[in-house]
Amino acid sequence: MHSIIRIILQRLALGLLTLFVVSVVIFTAVNMLPGDFAQAILGQGATPEAVDAIRKDLGLDQPPVTRYFQWLGGALQGDLGNSFAQANFASFVGADSGVRTTVAQQIAPRFANTMFLAAVTACIAVPVSLVLGILAALFRNSVFDRATNVTTLTSISSPEFFLAYVLILFLAVLNPMLPSLSNIFEGMSFGERLEKTLLPALTLTLVVTAHMMRMTRAAIINLLASPYIEMARLKGMSPMRVIVKHALPNALAPIINVIALNLAYLITGVVVVEVVFVYPGIGQLFVDSVKIRDIPVVQACCLIFAAAYILLNLLADILSILSNPRLRHPK
Amino acid sequence: MSTLLSLALFLVAVAAGGWALRFAGQKATGNAPGFRDMPFAVAFGYVFGASLLVFSVWYFFQPTQTDAGVPNAGVVFFRWAVQFFIVSAVAAFLFRALGRSVGTKGSRKLFRQMPLTASFGVLVVILYAFTAVFAAWLAPHGQEEIFAKVNVLPGGNAATGGDPLHPLGTDQIGRDLLSRLIYGAQNTVGIAFVTTCLAFFLGGSLGFLAATLQGWLDQVLSRAVDVLMAIPSLIFALLLMTIASAWAGSERWLLTVYMIIIIAVIDSTRVFRLARAVGLNIVVMDYIEAAKLRGEGLGYLIFKEILPNATAPLLAEFGLRFCFVFLTIASLSFLGVGIQPPLADWGTMVRDSAQFINFAAFSPLTAALPLLAAGAIALLTVGVNFVVDWMLHRSSGLKE
Repeated sequence: MHSIIRIILQRLALGLLTLFVVSVVIFTAVNMLPGDFAQAILGQGATPEAVDAIRKDLGLDQPPVTRYFQWLGGALQGDLGNSFAQANFASFVGADSGVRTTVAQQIAPRFANTMFLAAVTACIAVPVSLVLGILAALFRNSVFDRATNVTTLTSISSPEFFLAYVLILFLAVLNPMLPSLSNIFEGMSFGERLEKTLLPALTLTLVVTAHMMRMTRAAIINLLASPYIEMARLKGMSPMRVIVKHALPNALAPIINVIALNLAYLITGVVVVEVVFVYPGIGQLFVDSVKIRDIPVVQACCLIFAAAYILLNLLADILSILSNPRLRHPK
Repeated sequence: MSTLLSLALFLVAVAAGGWALRFAGQKATGNAPGFRDMPFAVAFGYVFGASLLVFSVWYFFQPTQTDAGVPNAGVVFFRWAVQFFIVSAVAAFLFRALGRSVGTKGSRKLFRQMPLTASFGVLVVILYAFTAVFAAWLAPHGQEEIFAKVNVLPGGNAATGGDPLHPLGTDQIGRDLLSRLIYGAQNTVGIAFVTTCLAFFLGGSLGFLAATLQGWLDQVLSRAVDVLMAIPSLIFALLLMTIASAWAGSERWLLTVYMIIIIAVIDSTRVFRLARAVGLNIVVMDYIEAAKLRGEGLGYLIFKEILPNATAPLLAEFGLRFCFVFLTIASLSFLGVGIQPPLADWGTMVRDSAQFINFAAFSPLTAALPLLAAGAIALLTVGVNFVVDWMLHRSSGLKE
């Protein structure tokens, strides 16, 4: 038991180290931008004094290393700085209202929306892919198996926006069942929210289900040649019971792993889907900030995406160690 | 709510039908093993499949227009989808039959073992390559050529706002959409291909170098790759494209070059992992030891000893990597930061024409435009994936 805790702590430390290095990479990348924001907003006719004043106000006059540690220290306390685009420069004319939109305020509701979308998708995708995977393994090499194989391969390899527009065409335009725009705002009831989230969630489901289903099928089929499966078959168990009672528990490790990896994909890969459905999530915010070069928001979004990605990969790693006795007790 | 209810009713009816089918089969055949041992799920599947088939045939032969002359768009799209499916299946079948009778002994054998999906994939790849290479001859007009007529509707019928000169219509500044679709093959596929080659050159050579030399170089490269892979690739590409767009300024073509480099570097990390893993398995072989004792140089070791033995896994990876790169570029263009106009490109075309999809109920042909561009992207990745899937299946020797 002791060794497990040590392994987990090791992995956690490694994950934190990775996150630190990633934050350095992000910060360095962003600081390779030519010119700076102060010049960009004031345009060509700016007086040097005005540029200096804004630079000072945004902290751009500090050396990069200082700024990095200020940024990191703030991020650790939940303060991700102020959005450039929404910064209030009224203080220069002596009319500072003192109200500022911080990046954290901007991101928090959108992050919650994205998590909601990911949760809805996971609730649909995980059971569906497990059932389909088990069925495909049960009826392997039948017409059903071939058809699901071709369908899933097609949906894995199509771009997200293709699936999204096909779904919009059939479920929103030709048969108006679901709204094609996900305009979510505060104070919506859960049912309304769910209805608006369903179409993007279905698109994401199509993308991730295929991968999870194929892995479930492969993991189960890998085990079917084992002696204990042979034994279960010989004692007259039905094929369904052989798979659910004997093969599935042993195939759980790779399945859990691929589910965790797909959840990581869900949180980070939502960008395109959010843009298609104008879903007010963090991916949409990220793309918008990229276009107007709102650096603090881009940095913060990147950091959050990377953290979520690293965390879920870490989780997949730890779960696969926990579910495999051979990894749990290394020689 | 009523849709959910009718769906549930349909499933209950199918379940009852499945039970009835099994029961009737058992009675009719005198409890023969075929029906006696049939699980309920299989009976359910048969009835489900049969009812879907019957519904499809019935729906296919519905009229495409209501009496008032309004198009019945659902039927129109369904017919297109079914026709496309049948045509591609027949084309794949004929192509496989052709491959089985023409060519060398080896290629004939290859085609004999090929499933229909793989031959479809090969056919698609060949068609795309042909279109990309001969785009200038195939396209009726140039990709940047601007005509006086803007927003011409597709269909080529002058009565419905079309123009026979432009079968797919023109866009908002008067460029011929069919030509742009054809040139899109050249730009999108060509750029993705160049990017993948660059990624393989970078990742492959560094990976083999790390595997051969090991030591500190291997450590440094591997840790650097670990860090780069910890950032989700599309997010990282978007971040770097922000910076690149600031650097490129108003030089649009420069941005495309930056994009190729950025995506190649990001994707080369994945290639590096694979090349290093494959390389590590090869460098412990005796023939490498022998080559080292002969006093061969590093270049000889990598290109003459390791590379030929790593071709098979790298080739399959090349197909998959190409799909990823192609989809990343298409997504970036769709988000507006990828391939820049005036180059014709499918991702940008989807973004520009996406709003037409709302007119599907009135003019199916207009609504098909964004789907055509997105479908062109999907078709190539699906084709490549079919081929790679078959290659992996063959090399793993999975029989079960």
